[in-house]
Order: sequence, then structure tokens, then C-alpha cells
Amino acid sequence: MSRLRSLEALGWGVLVAVGIVAPFVVYPVFAMNVLCLALFASAFNLLLGYTGLLSFGHAAFLGAGAYVTGLAAKTWGLPTELAVLSGTAVATALGAIFGSLAIRRSGIYFAMITLGFAQLVYFLVVQMSWTGGEDGLQGIPRGKALGLFPLDQQLTMYYFVFTAFLGAFFVIHRAIHSPFGHVLRAVRENEPRALSLGYDVDRYKLVAFVLSAALAGLAGSLKAVVLQFASLSDVHWHRSGEVVLMTLLGGMGTVVGPSVGALIVVALENYLTDVGSWVTVITGAVFVVCVLSFRRGIVGEVRALVARSFTGAGRKRSSSSPSSSG
Amino acid sequence: MNGECILETRGLVKQFNEFVAVNGVSLRVERGSIHALIGPNGAGKTTVFNLLTRFIPVTRGEIRFRGEDITGARPADIARRGMVRSFQVSAVFPALTAVENIRVALQRKLGTSFHFWRTERSLEALDARAVELLAEVGLAEHSDTVTVELPYGRKRALELATTLALDPEVMLLDEPTQGMGHEDVGRVVALIRRVAQGRTVLMVEHNLSVVQDLADRVTVLARGQVLAEGSYGEVSKDPAVLEAYIGAPA
Repeated sequence: MSRLRSLEALGWGVLVAVGIVAPFVVYPVFAMNVLCLALFASAFNLLLGYTGLLSFGHAAFLGAGAYVTGLAAKTWGLPTELAVLSGTAVATALGAIFGSLAIRRSGIYFAMITLGFAQLVYFLVVQMSWTGGEDGLQGIPRGKALGLFPLDQQLTMYYFVFTAFLGAFFVIHRAIHSPFGHVLRAVRENEPRALSLGYDVDRYKLVAFVLSAALAGLAGSLKAVVLQFASLSDVHWHRSGEVVLMTLLGGMGTVVGPSVGALIVVALENYLTDVGSWVTVITGAVFVVCVLSFRRGIVGEVRALVARSFTGAGRKRSSSSPSSSG
Repeated sequence: MNGECILETRGLVKQFNEFVAVNGVSLRVERGSIHALIGPNGAGKTTVFNLLTRFIPVTRGEIRFRGEDITGARPADIARRGMVRSFQVSAVFPALTAVENIRVALQRKLGTSFHFWRTERSLEALDARAVELLAEVGLAEHSDTVTVELPYGRKRALELATTLALDPEVMLLDEPTQGMGHEDVGRVVALIRRVAQGRTVLMVEHNLSVVQDLADRVTVLARGQVLAEGSYGEVSKDPAVLEAYIGAPA
């Protein structure tokens, strides 16, 4: 079991190293875009993979984060960090409002309520004047990190985003492996039983929803600073669908799966721009193949394979190994 | 009937549109007893359970637990007050290991269940007690087995251990031997008898030999109403009960 743990630690080390060298290997803006959407998908996965709630309106939080950050940085002239925090805060508040109403229903009704709210946000963004309507909110200044380092430098911007990503990713990882995460898994596995054990299931769902909305908002805020614009595509329901695709492709209910999914989807969209609208056909085909042949997603399948080869059976888990108490 | 009444319903009614599933049921469950609720299919036994634990709202009537009116309480509240239910099909958390299943129940007492910033190592303090509970139901060697891999009878035992983890005053067991083979039934009956020491058990059960074996008192429901009440010996001779079960006048 401790071998499995050290392998896990090694895996994390490799991932961080990859993140550090990435901007020297690929185009930094591409890498930043991947990080933002990876964070978005990871936030979404906290809800779908670990709580069992399929939200179909997460674009609202990504978009709200992006637009509010743009407004704060461009119109109010706030420093970048505060602009990002404002975007995140508004997404969090929206999450609290939408969540408290949506969690009263489950399954397809939950999905439809979240979709409805997201469409409401889309409509507002189209109608309000400060958002720039169809043109989007353009010319968002990147500003300076800590008031010192100009973020117009791609590498500085990259490490700013990477740091935020790592922080947020740590929050997600910790939330999943916390007493709270334990209850969430119980709710996902058997909601009536969790209720009968005395857990106010709805309150746990709401906290998970708000946490997920906040981190999705952070992803949108960072994206707006990176690309220097917020556009309607960030609040469009296509976005809400795309994040489902990323999560399932990479592996729902795995910590790194959604990031892998985001990388693949963003890469497909980027490197297949020559083929025009065929991109959606190709991503659609990839999605169908994924769901039909490896339903656990890429990371889910790999994890199952590793677990099998380590324990011989893949049936036991290391939850109570005494070696881990130190 | 001189024992203290711990759980009581008065004129309990549940109506689904036109259909009256439970029609004026008044029950008295004595503290420390094993009380069985029996009756033909569709008699309203499970509905009574759902009403008692507030999984569905009451149309009319009153539920009192330890003298307090709990007719309007929330389901999670009921559990915290010390009345914990089980379900007709085994209620476990399939993707968690056996020990993790128990921990879900144990961790509530820590009061850290909303702490998403705390590490799960903080839960390891509960493992000793969890393993103890598993041993109590004969699952000691399965503590790290993912629950979905356990055979059905073991899942029910795990469910019982999870319920025990809350140390409930009243356990509501919905058909604890349902779908079990002969050997498993014997084991579960012994288990229930053991864990019922110092607690009150209200159970819905189809297997009449289990009822005969375990129950101090039996209430027979038919078409949403109480048909008879008494010891197993009394109700099993009651002509109305025989008619409800066999369909012909005795």
C-alpha cells in the first residue's frame, strides 16, 4: 500500500514538473487556456463525480467570473488579483442562489433547473450594455501581479495562472479527501441512507454546489485575464455541455481526469481549426467512442489497471493502512 | 402493557390522491421491546415506516417519540434524536469499503462533517471503533473489502453495524431478512436479538417464523388499518388475521 502511495506522490511531482516546463514546450496561451478549462472541469467534477449532481448550467459561473473580472479590471481599474477575486465572489454568490433552488430536485430536473438559470444569465449578458453584447467585453488589462510583475509577459502570466490553478486544485483535492468529502461520497452512493444516518443531505449538496461554482468562477476570471476578453461563448450552454464531455472523457470521479479531458478537448479544438466545423464532429466521435468503450474515462481506466496490478485483485483500498498514520 | 411507551402514533393517515395507504393507525411501541409490523402486501407497512421517519409527509395524525411530537420534524432530525431506520433493499454505500461505511455513521459525532479543508486522516481516529462494530456483526476480516463485493447477507449485516454505530435508541428495520437464504436468516435473527439488548426495535417482516422467534409484540396491518395487536400467539389465532392472510373465513 505504501508503494501505491509513493507512486501517487511521484505522479503528482511529475504533473507539477510538466506544468512548470509546459510554457517552454507549447504556446503559453494555449497552456493557460488548458489550465483554466482544466480548473473549470475539475470544479464541475466535484459536483458530478463526487456528489452525483449533473449540473447543466456551469457556464453561468465561468461566464459570470469572466465578465465581472473584466468589469472590475477594465472599468473599475482594480488590481488583477482583486478583479479575479471579484469575479470569483460573484460566481460564488450566484452558486448560492441557483444551488439553493436547484438542489430541491434531483436527476434530470436538477439539470434542467441549472440550465434554466444559466440561460437567464446568458440573456442578461446579451442584454446589458456593459458586457458589450455580441462583441463581448474586449480589452481587459492584464495588469501586474502583486503590483510588481507585469502580466503582459506571457511567462509571468503563465506562472500566475499556474499558481492559482495549483491552489484551487489543492482545495479540490483536499475537499474530496476531507470529512466533508466523505459525506458527499455517501450522499452520491446512497442518498436515502445518508439521510437516515442523520445527515441533512441538502445542506451538503448546497455546500458542494457553492464550492464548485466558486472554483468555476475562478476559472472564468483567470481566463478573462489571460485572453483579455470575456465573450458570449463563456456563458453559452455549449460550454456547459463541453465541460460534461471533458469530465467524462478524462474520468468522472477521478482527481486528474477532468484536467486530462480538458487538455484533449482544447488540443483538438486548437490543432484541428483547419478542418473548420468538423471539429465538433470529431470531438463528438471521440466522446461516443469513450462512452462506449471506456466508460471510466482515460484516467479511470488507467487507475483501475494500476490498482489491479498492485493488489493482484484491485479490490482492496488503502483507507486504513497503519503505515499512513505518520 | 405496563412498559413505558417510547414511540406512539395517533390516528396516522397517509393519503396519496384518492388512495388512502394508511388509515388511522395508532401504534404504541414499548421501550426495550421488539415490535413487529406484519400484514399482507400493500397493507401499508412500509408507508408507516416512511411516515415515522418523515421520509414522506403525514396527511393527518400525530407521531410522538419519547413523548415529544415529531410529526413535523425533518428526516435527518429524527435520526439525530435516536431513531434510525433501515431499508427494504440493503442500504449500504457500495463503492466504499466496509470500514468506510461505518465511518460515515461514526463521523457525524465529530461535528466536522462540513469541514472540507480538513484532511481525512482526522477520521482515522474512528477506525478502532469501526472495526469493533464490524467484528460484532462478523465482518472483521472484510473491513477493507469494497462493499459492492460483499454477498447480500453480509451487506445486510454491514447495514446493521452502520445503524448500530449511531447507537440508536430505536431501530426501525424494514424486512431485515428479505431475499436471504436459510442460513443467513438464522444469522440475522441471532444478530437482531443480540443488538436489540437495551434498545427498542420496530420491524416490518414477512417471514412469520422470524416474527414468532423475535417479536415481543405484533401489530397486524391490512388495507392501511390495524387489524389486530398482541403477542404472536394471540394474533396468529385471530380469525380476522387468518382471513386477511389466507383470504377465507376461518
